[in-house]
Amino acid sequence: MTSLVIAEHDNASIKGATLNTVTAARACGGDVHVLVAGSGAGAAAAQAAQIAGVAKVIHADGAQFAHGLAENVAAQVLALAGAYSHILFPATAGGKNVAPRVAAKLDVAQISDITKVESADTFERPIYAGNAMAVVQSADATKVITVRTTGFDAAATTGGSAAVESVGAAADSGKSAFLGSEIAKNDRPDLTAAKIVVSGGRALGSAEKFNEVMTPLADKLGAAIGASRAAVDAGYAANDLQVGQTGKIVAPQLYVAAGISGAIQHLAGMKDSKVIVAINKDPEAPIFSVADYGLEADLFTAVPELVKAL
Amino acid sequence: MKVLVAVKRVVDYNVKVRVKSDNTGVDIANVKMSMNPFDEIAIEEAVRLKEKGAATEVIAVSCGVAQCQETLRTAMAIGADRAILVQTDAELQPLAVAKLLKALVDKEQPGLVILGKQAIDDDCNQTGQMLAALADLPQGTFASKVEVDGSAVKVTREIDGGLETVSLNLPAVITADLRLNEPRYVTLPNIMKAKKKPLDTVTPADLGVDVAPRLKTLKVSEPPKRGAGIKVPDVATLVDKLRNEAKVI
Repeated sequence: MTSLVIAEHDNASIKGATLNTVTAARACGGDVHVLVAGSGAGAAAAQAAQIAGVAKVIHADGAQFAHGLAENVAAQVLALAGAYSHILFPATAGGKNVAPRVAAKLDVAQISDITKVESADTFERPIYAGNAMAVVQSADATKVITVRTTGFDAAATTGGSAAVESVGAAADSGKSAFLGSEIAKNDRPDLTAAKIVVSGGRALGSAEKFNEVMTPLADKLGAAIGASRAAVDAGYAANDLQVGQTGKIVAPQLYVAAGISGAIQHLAGMKDSKVIVAINKDPEAPIFSVADYGLEADLFTAVPELVKAL
Repeated sequence: MKVLVAVKRVVDYNVKVRVKSDNTGVDIANVKMSMNPFDEIAIEEAVRLKEKGAATEVIAVSCGVAQCQETLRTAMAIGADRAILVQTDAELQPLAVAKLLKALVDKEQPGLVILGKQAIDDDCNQTGQMLAALADLPQGTFASKVEVDGSAVKVTREIDGGLETVSLNLPAVITADLRLNEPRYVTLPNIMKAKKKPLDTVTPADLGVDVAPRLKTLKVSEPPKRGAGIKVPDVATLVDKLRNEAKVI
């Protein structure tokens, strides 16, 4: 029994979500191999070899993997799939894009977003926006899994000394092409990996106010900025900041929700945070039912006051 | 170009589901059911493509119980031209739905298939990608913009950290994200018109698809409850608590 973890990386380095996925793979039992499919991704493969608990790194290189196109990455995984009992992807935008293609081609079910490994064939996963937890058992020969990173600790980035094996790259499908990307550049920690997250809701009222009020707080705390779906819908914040059922799932040490009422789908994305602070002027806001510390106040005065007091 | 859109009947997004006391599932008896919100966005996008002249016909498909007819009527009220119900009382998992849709893609030969990126009941986020793999088509998941251009489609995708644009050869599969569009309200005249539009019913057996579930649900339980916290009177107390009690700053 051997597991294959599909690494999330930017060719130069391994992304944090890979580390949690390695931990989930180890819980499945057996050896853990990591696939780094990239373009000029030798550095990322070398880094993967250092991860504690990894027995082997498989490195496939080719221009067709430069941007992680699902058609090409899935073909590479399928070329290797026969040797593995479990194939695990982080439940990131990249992992969620590729994993079901692999599962369908293998004619097996995919187990999405697992939060716990009960045994080699039985897993726990949230359904209905985390309002229920299901334990599911797979009868398929290969288990194709996406891993909710907040459910598993990160494996240590050092301590491993896996061999790196180069394999032939699967051919370009020729059916899709990468045209370009717009990635927001900032010095903030990644939303899903941050120790502190400060999130703003619809009460901010505009994109200008959102930045004006939330940015100083994030700067002061060294925090990542998140937003509720309502704030994203209203155009106050970028979609990739959305925390919730269909956005990012976060579980930081401290989560500060300012002007967020606490709709079910938002709570689904942050209720596993260690400490939750809610600032809202509506005493009936559902967010207070999950907050460790609730402050009933107007955020436009309370947040700047908080920035000053920190 | 035909556009095929898959729609799922799910528990309405405003309903807070309860876990059954015997832990076999969630209680969905007598709760409000609606079209999966992402599928509504998918239908809207297909109808807009038709209105722009990029598509000639919009076909809505749903797989499941007889009541999915209501979901399909809603899709036709938004603007789909006709509908197909793959009717079964069996539990359908994403792989089975993808196989049913693949059979319909073979039959209807659409230029584009649009689905919601995720259903809000099982939260799987699989069906579109699985369909693309089975039909050997390129995919544009989590789409926030779709532009058909001759024999290709340009899809802007929501990814971690920002946006990415890919070009896909047609036919292709697209899954809709939140910001792709804002679905229109269905009007009474359109609801009346939708009642007269054709709705065909087939069964999984007609399509030659084995829909037996691959995953067995052993148990469904309530998530661990968070203990209610305290209200603090002012910012100073909050900072004190965070520093000295929770020790997180």
